[in-house]
Amino acid sequence: MPKALEGSQAIARTVALCRPQVVAAYPITPQTHIVENIARLVADGELECEYVSVESEFSAASVALGAAAAGSRAYTASASQGILLMTEVLYNIAGLRIPMVMTCANRAVSAPLSIWNDHQDSMSVRDAGWIQLYCADNQEAIDTTIQAYRIAERTELPVMVCVDGFSLTHTLEPLELPTQEQVDGFLPPFQFQRALDPRQPISMGTLVSPDFYPEARHSHHQALINAAEEVVAADDDWAAVCGRHSGGLLKVEGSEDAEIGILTLGSIMGTLLDAHEQHPDQGKVKLIQLRCFRPFPFEAIKEACRGLQHLVVLERALSPGSGGIVSNEVQAALSSLEQTPRIYSFAVGLGGRDVPLELYQHVLDAIARGGDNGFRVFDADLSKLPPEDR
Amino acid sequence: MIEIRIHGRGGQGNVVGAYLLATAAIVEGKFGQAFPAFGAERRGAPVVAFVRIAEQHLRRRSQVQNPAFLIIQDQALLHVPGVLDGLRDDGRILVNSNLDSDTLAERLGHEVVSIPADSWSQEFLGRPLPNTSLLATFLILTQLLPVEALTAALRERFKGKLLERNLNLVEEITQRVPAGLWSGVEHA
Repeated sequence: MPKALEGSQAIARTVALCRPQVVAAYPITPQTHIVENIARLVADGELECEYVSVESEFSAASVALGAAAAGSRAYTASASQGILLMTEVLYNIAGLRIPMVMTCANRAVSAPLSIWNDHQDSMSVRDAGWIQLYCADNQEAIDTTIQAYRIAERTELPVMVCVDGFSLTHTLEPLELPTQEQVDGFLPPFQFQRALDPRQPISMGTLVSPDFYPEARHSHHQALINAAEEVVAADDDWAAVCGRHSGGLLKVEGSEDAEIGILTLGSIMGTLLDAHEQHPDQGKVKLIQLRCFRPFPFEAIKEACRGLQHLVVLERALSPGSGGIVSNEVQAALSSLEQTPRIYSFAVGLGGRDVPLELYQHVLDAIARGGDNGFRVFDADLSKLPPEDR
Repeated sequence: MIEIRIHGRGGQGNVVGAYLLATAAIVEGKFGQAFPAFGAERRGAPVVAFVRIAEQHLRRRSQVQNPAFLIIQDQALLHVPGVLDGLRDDGRILVNSNLDSDTLAERLGHEVVSIPADSWSQEFLGRPLPNTSLLATFLILTQLLPVEALTAALRERFKGKLLERNLNLVEEITQRVPAGLWSGVEHA
């Protein structure tokens, strides 16, 4: 029987089911109430865990780093400017190959000041060396959080579970929470081989001379590439426990022989799927939900896009002066196809702009019109801008 | 699918109201979804939350553009531009107000039920929090869900004296509101 839960609350309870030993968080905006709910579980004695309330996101990430390095299962959550303030530590966590999990409750980055959803925060740290998984709905957020610990602990890489702020974190809907037995069976107690231990002293994070630095970077990169297998395995094995898949590296809905593909990350796919289902031309379209952005699944994307004439990448962030972030990488992945689809890079829903069902038709119209397929902020109303900015 | 938009002011429990209604649907085995459109997070600021109730799982997360019902937690919001935007032609308005329903219906061009939710709540809860009165009234009018689903949702969120007072209020409202006046609303 599903329970009525708000996304943040469901994620907090899920984290608790994973039996974290240390949770560190900075509780002020742009924080969500994930950590507030975890604090309550600890205070009520429902979760035995060291809860450290710190003075900044930089410290939250640092405490989690230290805790995991000492062999504890660690967790933190943040968003937006909080992710940016953590950035230096996020690189360290990944470079030190510290297994831990954090939730990024995706929100826009200032300025202009916005508290609403897009993916600029997590996209800004895509090069930090974390695994990044994007959730389509709150059920996936629950299931992916549990999988994330197994992936992190098997690969010795940190995992960022990206969950759309507001549109998931603040939405209440019916959700299935797994039982403690299910999670315990899937997630054995954390054993970190390189844990800091005064009885067997080792150093972590020492200076690496040019003699070894490139090798360290190569090995980190290779570890992420190899992690794709663990991402898929965790999803399959968790599905065997609870009967639900979260989409492995990516998932495809719609017709096999579609001419048009629409690829996106995160929670707008649900709206697109509802629009797709009602549309008379649905046979021509397939929808591609990219779940695993790091490591980037080149082969899976090639397979999903083979035979397409048009591919629309709906971006939830941008690199100003360049354009779409995801579409650049998708283009690289597809460059070796014998027939490359025409790729459209459209940013939508920036800073919480509503993504309505009509977007689906608007995208098909843009393809039908032909013409410019370069990057644009698709739902921007240029009449609001002075002529020189259009 | 039935779509509802709730307008209130920061501090009135706008989001909680939406969550309670969706929870009631979920308790009944239906699909319920509720989410806020947060604006400035401060007391008194106009705020909006959305609720969808359906027989099957809904995947969309877009804002509700054409609600079948508006629930207005504060009558002064009726003067705020945009509050009635997108309301279906046959859409109905439940409002917390001291003005009578016919006067408001004439002014707004829609069917309106007005209840003095602040004073009902003051009477039972000791505070002018309109949620329980409005939600109980809404379910009694529309028969979308049994009132017991709302009391189950209240039990999930409140306990002790506060819960007891809310349950008494719901019980009283079943006597004050014409059951089924808005039943048979067409699904979108």
